[in-house]
Amino acid sequence: MSGKQFIERLEKRFGDLVARVELEAIDPWIEVEPGGVVELCRYLRDAEDLRFNYCNSICVVDYFEPDAKKAAKTAWSPHLEVVYHLSSIQYKTTLVVKVMLPRWKDGVPGQLPEVPSVSGIWSTADWHEREAYDLSGVWFTGHPNLQRILCPEDWVGYPLRKDYEMPLEYHGIRGR
Amino acid sequence: MTKPWIEGRFEENVVFTTLEQAINWAQQSSIWPMTFGLACCAIEMMAAGASRYDLDRFGAGAFRATPRQADLMIVAGTVTYKMASRVRRLYNMMPDPKYVIAMGACTVGGGPYFKYGYHVVKGVDLVVPVDVYVPGCPPRPEALLEGLMRIQDKIKGKRINKRNGVRVEDELPIPHHSGWVDAPGGDAPLTDHQKITG
Repeated sequence: MSGKQFIERLEKRFGDLVARVELEAIDPWIEVEPGGVVELCRYLRDAEDLRFNYCNSICVVDYFEPDAKKAAKTAWSPHLEVVYHLSSIQYKTTLVVKVMLPRWKDGVPGQLPEVPSVSGIWSTADWHEREAYDLSGVWFTGHPNLQRILCPEDWVGYPLRKDYEMPLEYHGIRGR
Repeated sequence: MTKPWIEGRFEENVVFTTLEQAINWAQQSSIWPMTFGLACCAIEMMAAGASRYDLDRFGAGAFRATPRQADLMIVAGTVTYKMASRVRRLYNMMPDPKYVIAMGACTVGGGPYFKYGYHVVKGVDLVVPVDVYVPGCPPRPEALLEGLMRIQDKIKGKRINKRNGVRVEDELPIPHHSGWVDAPGGDAPLTDHQKITG
């Protein structure tokens, strides 16, 4: 199936939910609205000629520049990207799905941005999402057990956020 | 140094020593380390324990799987904040006298994670008292053996005597050499260091 056909199919089925398609990139990617993630992923997995039956990884990219001077020059505005790497074992194809999120929900620092969980589609996404939540602070709604996976339970903050500040002290151990 | 008067007055194979020296000798010749590897330094620690470097020559080859039978904790590898409480608990579980070697840059002072590592303790001496620091990333097995010998020196310097009712201070080990080795090639730059270490 050619790239063009693929785009047309997605547009026909999902309409505006698929916000952007970049098939010319080395890793072809499509951007989807947060509300359509589950629907799209289920389709990608179950469609007879797609069969993206393996979720390689889920990661989060933090677009943020703490330096105000440099931030003025950046081409993007601060946001988070959740990136899903999918593979079809059967057809030997790969696809990248991206979801753009605000850094904080409603712009209130501390309120985590939300995206629906895909752990019901690929069970391996369970731990990937826990890691993404742990390190980057994205809340996956509908996840069966969303708690920290690498950091201790009582850790404060999300270490891979660009504006993260290391703790001065953790349980009596000096930090900085 | 003059000979003690008791020397040479008996048959051969009779050795005189002090209780202190005998105890220290026994202790330093059977330091049992704990099987405790946290990261890549543990590989080097295993190499030190294997046949080529043979930690067992110093009586320190019996890696115990429980802290309750161990005298020495070789903290080999990156200590994270999550691990720090476990490290401290393991240290507390070891019987006295106990010793700690901080092996590798991470445990000495945070190493490559010092500046941007959010999860790494900046030196294991913030968690447990350290006797010997072995720098390197990772240190070669020879370096670990050197560290072990410094631990032995420290045990050797232990004093149990009292003089006039006051406990005699432990002697701190003084390194018997500077660690500096003259290159056999003279001033010529060393390019093939493997040849020298054999």
